[in-house]
Amino acid sequence: MTAFAHARRDSLTMLRRNLRHARRYPALTFSTIALPVIFLLLFVYVFGGTLGDGLGGVTGGRAEYANYVVPGILVMGVAGAAQGTAIGVAMDMTEGIIARFRTMAIFRPSVLTGHVLGSVIQTMLSLVVVVAISLAVGLRPNATALEWLAAAGVLTMITVAVVWLSVALGMVTRSVETASNLPMPLLLLPFMGSGFVPTDSMPAAMRWFADYQPFTPVIETLRGLLLGTGIGNDAWLAAGWSLAIGLVGFVWSIVLYNRDPTA
Amino acid sequence: MAAITVTGLRRSYGDKVVLDGVDLDVDEGTIFALLGPNGAGKTTMVQILSTLIQPDAGELHVGGHDVVHEPDAVRGVIGVTGQFSAVDGLLTGEENLAMMADLCHLDRAAGRSRIELLLADFDLVDAARKPVSTYSGGMRRRLGLPPALVGGPPPLLPPSPPTGLDPRSRRTMWHIIRDLVAGGVTIFLTTQYLEEADQLADRVAVLDRGTLVAQGTPAELKRLVPGGHVRLKLRDADEFEYAIRVLDPPVHDAEALAIQVPSDGSVRSLRALLDRLDHSSVEVDELSVHLPGLDDVFLALTSGVRP
Ligand SMILES: Nc1ncnc2c1ncn2[C@@H]1O[C@H](COP(=O)(O)OP(=O)(O)OP(=O)(O)O)[C@@H](O)[C@H]1O
Repeated sequence: MTAFAHARRDSLTMLRRNLRHARRYPALTFSTIALPVIFLLLFVYVFGGTLGDGLGGVTGGRAEYANYVVPGILVMGVAGAAQGTAIGVAMDMTEGIIARFRTMAIFRPSVLTGHVLGSVIQTMLSLVVVVAISLAVGLRPNATALEWLAAAGVLTMITVAVVWLSVALGMVTRSVETASNLPMPLLLLPFMGSGFVPTDSMPAAMRWFADYQPFTPVIETLRGLLLGTGIGNDAWLAAGWSLAIGLVGFVWSIVLYNRDPTA
Repeated sequence: MAAITVTGLRRSYGDKVVLDGVDLDVDEGTIFALLGPNGAGKTTMVQILSTLIQPDAGELHVGGHDVVHEPDAVRGVIGVTGQFSAVDGLLTGEENLAMMADLCHLDRAAGRSRIELLLADFDLVDAARKPVSTYSGGMRRRLGLPPALVGGPPPLLPPSPPTGLDPRSRRTMWHIIRDLVAGGVTIFLTTQYLEEADQLADRVAVLDRGTLVAQGTPAELKRLVPGGHVRLKLRDADEFEYAIRVLDPPVHDAEALAIQVPSDGSVRSLRALLDRLDHSSVEVDELSVHLPGLDDVFLALTSGVRP
């Protein structure tokens, strides 16, 4: 077998391992389904009436806010994947099985690629559930099939990026608790962006941060694709951020994985 | 041919020197046991041999490959088991083995038949479909070896030994290990359990505070420490009295009509003793040689006090 075939086979083996873990110990389910759905219900049914009126649209109220908030909720699911992944990786690294993998002639990063593939697949499935619930609480998208596909693409891109970053976060600490806290800021990012209210309603400094942080262009692109608002160059910014975050996470993960395990 | 050669191996953790110039050779198709008290550096040694961590200095070859410069080649010829190389607790026993078969790049059919064989050999058929986290300690230990054997017997296998097994499982395990060795597998085991080393090992080395303090066959090592003796059982009270006069043994037991003569258990000393008995016409009913156990060797050679 060629090196590439080995890499692929080993990664798929590790993916299978990861999905089996997920079935028996569904850590990601809470952070990628329950968490976003709780916030969705909270924001639509508790704050939605008032917030919707503030959006300045034609209808206003709860119905308008339900549409507005869904992209932010989806990104929250992506951020939730970070926490689940970091915990999974941190737990895994304390297990003796990883030492065994290190003594085998396999594609070394396959342990990591298995985690990444597993998390991305689980997150995408979770987001399908979140979208279904969103439709039930009042999301009324006007997207074509192609736009849905593009939205899925954007979400996959940012998920891959965030998941690679969280693999590194899971390895950089040696305790599961710290690993579960490190991605916390990511969960807050949708709030400090255009996820829940338009950024032009914020004070200047906050607004500057909100406009330039990575999740905002992702949210704006999703909003544009699903609801037909303007996208402008947000799509490019979203792609750029995803690439940058993914690359940093990837390189950092590989470096961490290759360091002396006892150092 | 040597399966493992180590010269001048050094490794420290910060200021703490863990391995301080270790040299050893292990021949192919033999069992080598590394003994040592807690903290002696055994685990560190295996971690280095199995490419998990790097030595600070030293030449190490495993299966003819340089451990530092060709780690992947080394990984291709070893199978590791033991405390720091466990199985996946969330998977079942069978899934664990299937994963190993995949990672050894076996094709499906070959993997399946290999796994069935191993499950049967190690008496794990009933447990195969349960998650490993629900296994008893003994079942877990029985599952220690099979993952390292899925890819076909590796030419080299440094396991921690199967300890904590009930006598029957242990016998099976020893049997399997001896079979592997007969088939050319080299085994490097680290242990504090001397009985295991005594039963299994062709050669034993004793590691203490980072250096090898003794090396040899179990019998050779036992001769290094005092305590060996020959026990003679005499026919009757008269012979007993006579033997005591002739041999002046330090220990005797009038009730059992037995005396103990110090001996290192070598053929030469036995022959000398028999000559003396013949010469003085002492009538001996039974003769048995008692060597000190590896326990005595261990206690005599290692310092005991741990930092
Ligand atoms: N990651 C580490 N960092 C610092 N010191 C370490 C590390 N690992 C091991 N040591 C030290 O190295 C020494 C040797 O440890 P090692 O685990 O090799 O001993 P051992 O002979 O296997 O002991 P045991 O029989 O208890 O398993 C010990 O004093 C230990 O404290």
